[in-house]
Amino acid sequence: MDKQLYLDLYYQMVLIRLVEEASAQLYQQGKIGGFLHLYIGQEAVSTGIISARQPKDRVITAYRDHGVAINVGIPAKLVLAELLGKATGVSKGKGGSMHLADVKRNFWGGHAIVGAHLPIAVGLALGDQYQGSDAVTICMFGDGATNIGFFHEALNLSKVWNLPVLWVCENNQYGMGTAVERASAVKEIRQKALGYNMPNSRVNGMDVLEVRQATLEVLDQIRAGGGPHLMEVVTYRYRGHSMGDPERYRQAEEVKRWQENDPIGIYRRHLETRSIATPEELDEVERRAEQEVTEAVRFAEESPEPPPEALFEDIYAE
Amino acid sequence: MARITYREAISKALWEEMERDPSVFILGEEVGVWGGTYAVTRGFYDHFGPKRVLDTPIAEATIVGAAIGAALTGLRPVAELMTINFAFAAMDHIVNQAAKLRYMFGGQFTLPLVIRTVSGGGRQLAATHSQTPDVVFAHFPGLKVVAPGTPEDAKGLLKAAIRSNDPILFIEHATLYPVRGEVPDEEYLIPIGKSKVQRPGRDVTIVTYSKMLELSMKAAEQLAEEGIEVEIVDLRSLRPLDIEPVIQSFKKTNRAVIVEEGWRSYGVGAEVAARLYEEAFDYVDAPIRRIAQKETPLPYNRTLEQMALPQVEEIVRAVKEVL
Repeated sequence: MDKQLYLDLYYQMVLIRLVEEASAQLYQQGKIGGFLHLYIGQEAVSTGIISARQPKDRVITAYRDHGVAINVGIPAKLVLAELLGKATGVSKGKGGSMHLADVKRNFWGGHAIVGAHLPIAVGLALGDQYQGSDAVTICMFGDGATNIGFFHEALNLSKVWNLPVLWVCENNQYGMGTAVERASAVKEIRQKALGYNMPNSRVNGMDVLEVRQATLEVLDQIRAGGGPHLMEVVTYRYRGHSMGDPERYRQAEEVKRWQENDPIGIYRRHLETRSIATPEELDEVERRAEQEVTEAVRFAEESPEPPPEALFEDIYAE
Repeated sequence: MARITYREAISKALWEEMERDPSVFILGEEVGVWGGTYAVTRGFYDHFGPKRVLDTPIAEATIVGAAIGAALTGLRPVAELMTINFAFAAMDHIVNQAAKLRYMFGGQFTLPLVIRTVSGGGRQLAATHSQTPDVVFAHFPGLKVVAPGTPEDAKGLLKAAIRSNDPILFIEHATLYPVRGEVPDEEYLIPIGKSKVQRPGRDVTIVTYSKMLELSMKAAEQLAEEGIEVEIVDLRSLRPLDIEPVIQSFKKTNRAVIVEEGWRSYGVGAEVAARLYEEAFDYVDAPIRRIAQKETPLPYNRTLEQMALPQVEEIVRAVKEVL
């Protein structure tokens, strides 16, 4: 791995966190409507996974999608513009926080019905298989999604058809406010792959390099025709499920414990102790990220509202 | 012109489009080795092979979800849901996904997707297998809902649906499959979202679609013997709803009876009557009548089932009442 890539991963993780902190502020100022689900604490997951994909590999995720959006390369300003409902947003202000997508970056959304995008991922992979491509579809979802029928239908069919899908469960310990062990019959989500005779793995989601390495290996296996794989990535969200979550379901000490293993902190220490980058270089990366977010907020705030005629646009293709 | 069945017309449309375009493929329960529960895809598996005729598990949400995903990659899937009653298990993917994705992502997504399914009662299958809930699906902007009543329309509309770049729910009627009708020999397409006058007349307008077109035609023949000439407008698509031919006919007859197989409440009759009252109020010479299914779950017993479904005599009576 060359130094530039190490620094780039650091940049992406810091950028995600700063975008999320800016979003929280904009939400509190009443500039972002609807729901806002922050990715803070989980940055290493999407950063590690997306860094391992090839451009032809499709990505689809759930509604906690700002991280993936940044990782696939959508400029922060287009993400924030969407959060503010502006015409310049990636989804023209019609999708909002939960529905970011960018087809030219092979990012197929941002889906807000829990589990519903898993059957769609089956179809994305089927499309590639049908057309003879060796692309892999990476489908990310939370632990909560593994208890709904869509998950089971989709995993089963992906195995029956030997489809090139990497199923990624971001286990952040809670489906909204319900702890995994209160909602799932098995404690380790990876065990659910056993019912579908599917290869599976469990990865530390607070370590971006571990996530990246695991993803690279699994993508190779899938690309070689090995069929689908369920990867459970163990992580934690620091903030509530969405803004305004009273967080009655967990103790502050628990959050603090996880924060001691902060994915950005872990990675920074790794880069410094291995002498991959100097503190000054990493500070400089952080400054660049701060600058991008400052400019992105300005861009989003100054962007125009969608014109009234947009209301009736894009309902149908013809 | 050849006289072929509604089943053959649909089968030919699928076959021709699959021959024409390699990106068209079929997926669904028993569409392959079995040949389709209604025998529409008999012979397809042997001819087109397992890559293009995909048997699926009994998993409706994933049948529709997979079709959506494949459509996003540029393919033209034709998903089959064995009956519309099973579409409820795929409701999220039909109304929350297929109907929304294009709009919600600012026009980035294109879904050239057809979901074929089968509606209608009258075969003693009891309440869960006999519904005609077509209007439920027509409620959602973003989806198109087509429901042909003749072999000619079935063929031309299905071919157009497969070539369309929008998600289309294509509703066939279970008891129309053996019905024969004239179908042009040469290739033709029928545009989605166009109503058609299936029988010209001067006295009363009947607005209907799908199976109820057959009943309305029979009623029209009986009425003609008494010198009453009804004009029948077949909607063919429930969304988009092409109301203009209905209004034109109504302005001529000033009287309308709307016939649908589904329940009356919030139904096609309610929608069409409201449009006529809104857009042609000055032409109303009699209260608009609605014929529909009785408001009960459909029973198994044959006599009770037929009592619940619309009958030709009811249509005849309603036409006489508005005259």
